[in-house]
Amino acid sequence: MRTVAVVGASLAGLSAARSLRKQGYDGRLVVIGDELHRPYDRPPLSKEFLAGSLAEADLALEPDAEDLRAQWLLGVRAVGLDGPRRAVRLADGSEVRADGVVIATGAAARTLPGTDGLAGVHTLRTLDDARALRDELSLGGRLVVIGGGFIGAEVASTAYALGLDVTVVEAAPTPLAGPLGETMGKVVSALHADHGVRLLCGVGVKGLSGESRVEAVLLEDGRSVPADIVVVGVGARPCVAWLAGSGIELDDGVKCGADGRTSLAGVVAVGDCASWYDPRAGLHRRVEHWTGARERPDAAVTALLAGGAVEPSAPRPPYFWSDQYGVKIQFAGHAAGADSVTIEEGARDDRNVLAVYRRSGHPVAVLGMNQPRLFMRWRKQLAAAA
Amino acid sequence: MMIPACRLVDLPRGEAYRLDIDPPVSVFHTDDGEVFAIDDTCTHQDASLADGWLEGCEVECPLHASKFDLRTGAVDAPPAKRPVRTHEVHVEDGMIYVRLSLDAPNLPPCVAARLAGGPA
Ligand SMILES: Cc1cc2nc3c(=O)[nH]c(=O)nc-3n(C[C@H](O)[C@H](O)[C@H](O)COP(=O)(O)OP(=O)(O)OC[C@H]3O[C@@H](n4cnc5c(N)ncnc54)[C@H](O)[C@@H]3O)c2cc1C
Ligand code: FES
Repeated sequence: MRTVAVVGASLAGLSAARSLRKQGYDGRLVVIGDELHRPYDRPPLSKEFLAGSLAEADLALEPDAEDLRAQWLLGVRAVGLDGPRRAVRLADGSEVRADGVVIATGAAARTLPGTDGLAGVHTLRTLDDARALRDELSLGGRLVVIGGGFIGAEVASTAYALGLDVTVVEAAPTPLAGPLGETMGKVVSALHADHGVRLLCGVGVKGLSGESRVEAVLLEDGRSVPADIVVVGVGARPCVAWLAGSGIELDDGVKCGADGRTSLAGVVAVGDCASWYDPRAGLHRRVEHWTGARERPDAAVTALLAGGAVEPSAPRPPYFWSDQYGVKIQFAGHAAGADSVTIEEGARDDRNVLAVYRRSGHPVAVLGMNQPRLFMRWRKQLAAAA
Repeated sequence: MMIPACRLVDLPRGEAYRLDIDPPVSVFHTDDGEVFAIDDTCTHQDASLADGWLEGCEVECPLHASKFDLRTGAVDAPPAKRPVRTHEVHVEDGMIYVRLSLDAPNLPPCVAARLAGGPA
């Protein structure tokens, strides 16, 4: 292999570039990213960076001395992939021909239809988003967060600490029931009420009111919640539109084998844009967490360099963390499919629990709230059993 | 400065002992029977490495899984970017002593700000 192109210059792309060099790839390496910034870390964008306690320089993912001998094409978007020639077409009309391609274009925040151009309305995915939101939060006022998932909850928690008046609106009856299940979704989302943040559940959003600037969030039950700032945290969609016509199979993201290989030889996909096959569950899933974007490129690069001559090892159970209202939340495994959840340590009222999810008696997932030590041990056990 | 930590018999292999000084230091007893001391606070965020996962000569941070080499303090991969400080260890009459490094610690931004008296 003489040239490898990595498309997407964030955590998954950088990790892939690193893996390539670590695994002995010595050829030309081109990293293409549509943001102007060097790779930076997203988790602090809803936490310390938004709160103002972490500077922009601290977000950098690369240590000062790192040199991957790569050619960085930043601020330029990939608009197409010519499958048979493995050529990445760029928005400026040029193209990069490569023997191997790593797709790492991540995901973009979903928006609410009809809210474009209304001042005071934000999504949070990029550094630029976070700067804009941070500037507005610093003015104070009433914040309404649409969506009680992890990003929404973290923004609510950060804004609460900054002294804003915060309301969270969630369409489902229990926030986080998808990733955590009903029982623990209730325990974790109770953190809002503990701190006097209003949580309105089981009600959808009909729209926003305001002429040039948002004034209120209109709910489907007829209520109207006044707002100076609105954050829309309703999930993300994979950035794969640019692959249309490339011959690569897409479903919810790039459809991949258990080692990141796509339907096109010499092309792998990693991170939030990739839907990897999970041999244990017998299905494809897209995992949108930091640790997967950091670790899975190692396996994908191995597959890419070996041309598919190695047997993939099953990916480790997914792991993610969240920080809300000073509580460290950690989760590993899959809650769906568990038939019991038991609290093994701590008390739910103190929000310091270690909860284990089981199916037919076997642990399938574990949740920790302020239990880093125990959680770590359970996570290792889960990975070993898998 | 030489600081008595704990007795070697009180620190089983595979375990860590956290010395509550500021900043805290942790002493690790590896499965191979070696003893090492490093700064307890991860260089990424406020996590105690004594709560981490010890394997060979490496400890994995309990929050975001960066691994630190106990011998050199070096870190393997993000999110942590900087090494932890290592300290010299002496065992005398069954007691573990730590000689604190004179280097400046690599504390995470939030902890460094707190120690400097700024906002947490
Ligand atoms: C605010 C926030 C907080 C988070 N907090 C946590 C947390 O606490 N814990 C956790 O586990 N996870 C968290 N995550 C998730 C984690 O950050 C993601 O899983 C991770 O960033 C995924 O990395 P990635 O490289 O796959 O995708 P991304 O980080 O999305 O990067 C993809 C990159 O590709 C670029 N790109 C897209 N399309 C193109 C194109 N056509 N051409 C060129 N470039 C393109 C994008 O602009 C972007 O720079 C958080 C995410 C956000 C947004
Ligand atoms: S706190 Fe240690 S890796 Fe993040």
